Amino acid sequence: MTMIRVENLKKSFGDLEVLKDMSTVVEEKEVICVIGPSGSGKSTFLRCLNRLEEISGGHVYIDGTDITDPKNDINKIRQDVGMVFQQFNLFPHKTVMQNVTLAPMKLKGLDKAAAEKKAYELLDKVGLREKAKAYPGELSGGQKQRVAIARALAMDPKIMLFDEPTSALDPEMVGDVLDVMKDLAREGMTMVVVTHEMGFAAEMGDRVLFIDGGYIVEENIPKELFGNPQHERTKAFLSKVL
Amino acid sequence: MRAAFFLKGDVRMDNIINALPYLMEGLQVTLYIFVIAIIIGFIIGLIVALFRLSPFKILNWIAKIFVDAIRGTPFIVQLFFIYFGLNSLDFFSMSNTTAGIVTVAINAGAYFSEIIRAGIQSIDKGQTEAARSLGLNSTQNMRYIILPQAFRRMLPTITNQAIISLKDTSLLSVIGVADLTQEGKIQASQTFDAFNIYLILGVIYFIVIYLLSMLANFIERKFVLR
Repeated sequence: MTMIRVENLKKSFGDLEVLKDMSTVVEEKEVICVIGPSGSGKSTFLRCLNRLEEISGGHVYIDGTDITDPKNDINKIRQDVGMVFQQFNLFPHKTVMQNVTLAPMKLKGLDKAAAEKKAYELLDKVGLREKAKAYPGELSGGQKQRVAIARALAMDPKIMLFDEPTSALDPEMVGDVLDVMKDLAREGMTMVVVTHEMGFAAEMGDRVLFIDGGYIVEENIPKELFGNPQHERTKAFLSKVL
Repeated sequence: MRAAFFLKGDVRMDNIINALPYLMEGLQVTLYIFVIAIIIGFIIGLIVALFRLSPFKILNWIAKIFVDAIRGTPFIVQLFFIYFGLNSLDFFSMSNTTAGIVTVAINAGAYFSEIIRAGIQSIDKGQTEAARSLGLNSTQNMRYIILPQAFRRMLPTITNQAIISLKDTSLLSVIGVADLTQEGKIQASQTFDAFNIYLILGVIYFIVIYLLSMLANFIERKFVLR
C-alpha cells in the first residue's frame, strides 16, 4: 500500500526555486533515507510532506489524501505524520511526561491516565522512563531527541519523518538515537529520514534518495546507490562523504 | 534660616496620623481602579497583540493604529478626551471613576500589546513547528505552547508596565476621582501641611509599588525558572 505519493512537487521561496520537480512513492513499512549536499533541498522536501512548508506546485498524497487540497483538514492529516526535528523542539515549559501526553490528550481526547500509560510504554521504548518528571532543560541532547521521538509516536502516526535527527548531537549520543530509530524501522514503521549518517542509510534504508539542486537525482536500494552510483553528481557527493 | 526651614518642614506625626484614614480610603479607590483597569488592559493587550500578529492585514492595521495613537499622545490628553470629550456627546455619560478605569485600561492595553507581541515573537519558531506537526491547530498552539512560554518571559516587562499604570492612576485626581492623590491634595490643603502629607503620600505609593514588585518577583521565581 502506498503511504506517500509525491507528484511533481515544487517549492519556491520568493524567486528562489528550492524544489524543482520531484516525484516519488513511499510504500507502507518502507524506510526511505534522503541524502544530499547541504542546501540541496532535502529538509524542504521533508517539510513539504506534512505541509510545514506551503507547497508551490504539484501534489503530495498522504495515505491517499491530497494534502495540497485546502478542503482536506491538514491538522487531522498531521496527526498521522510524526515529525522529529534536528533541534528537538521539545516544549521547555512542560515535563517529559507532559510533552508526550499533550497531543493525545488535546487531540485524541485521551484521559490523563490512559495518556500517561501510553507515554510510559513509549518512554520505556526509548529508555527514558525514569526521566518522566524531568524538564527538557535537564536532559542531554540524545535524551531530548529520544523524548521527541516518543512524543511523535504518542499520536500513533502511520508515518514518521526525521529531519537530520542526529546532526545536533554529540557523537557519543548518536548511537542511542539511531538504535531507537532502528527498532522503529524493524517494527514496520514507514519512515522518511533526512540524514548524514550513511551507515544508517546503508543498513536500514529500503531505498535511498539522493537529492541535489532541487531534483531527486537518483534513487535506489542502498547497495546499488552506494556501491554503483549512476550519476556524476551522486559519485562526487559520495566520494566526499564515504 | 535653617531653623525656619525646619519649623516649616518638620515631620509632624499628628498631621500624618489624622490624615491617614482619609488616605487609606483614597488608597482603596486607587487599588480598585488599578486592579480592574490592569485586568481589562491585559485582555485588551492580548487581543491587540493577536490582531497585530494575525495573517489578516485589516486586523494588523487596526492594532497598529490603536497602539500608535495611544503611544503618540499624553495620558492626560487621553483622559480628558474620554472624560470630557466623550461625555460632551449627547448619548454618552460616564462617571469620572469609570472614565479613569477606561483610560488606564486602554493606555496599559496599548503598551501591554507591544510587550505581548514581542514575547510571542521571541519564542523559537521550532516550537510552533513541533506543535503543528503533532496536529495542533494554530489556536491550540498559541494556548498550550506559545503563550505559556511567552508569559514567563514577559513577566518582568509586564510588571514594569503595571507599575507605570499604577502611578498613572494618580493623574485621575485631575478629573476629581477620589483616589489616593486626590485625598492627599484635600488633606494637604486642609492641614496647611503640604510637606508632611505629600511625604506620606509618596511613602504609601512607594510601599504599594514595592509590594507589587515583590509579588512579581515571587511569581517569577515560582514559574519562570525553567
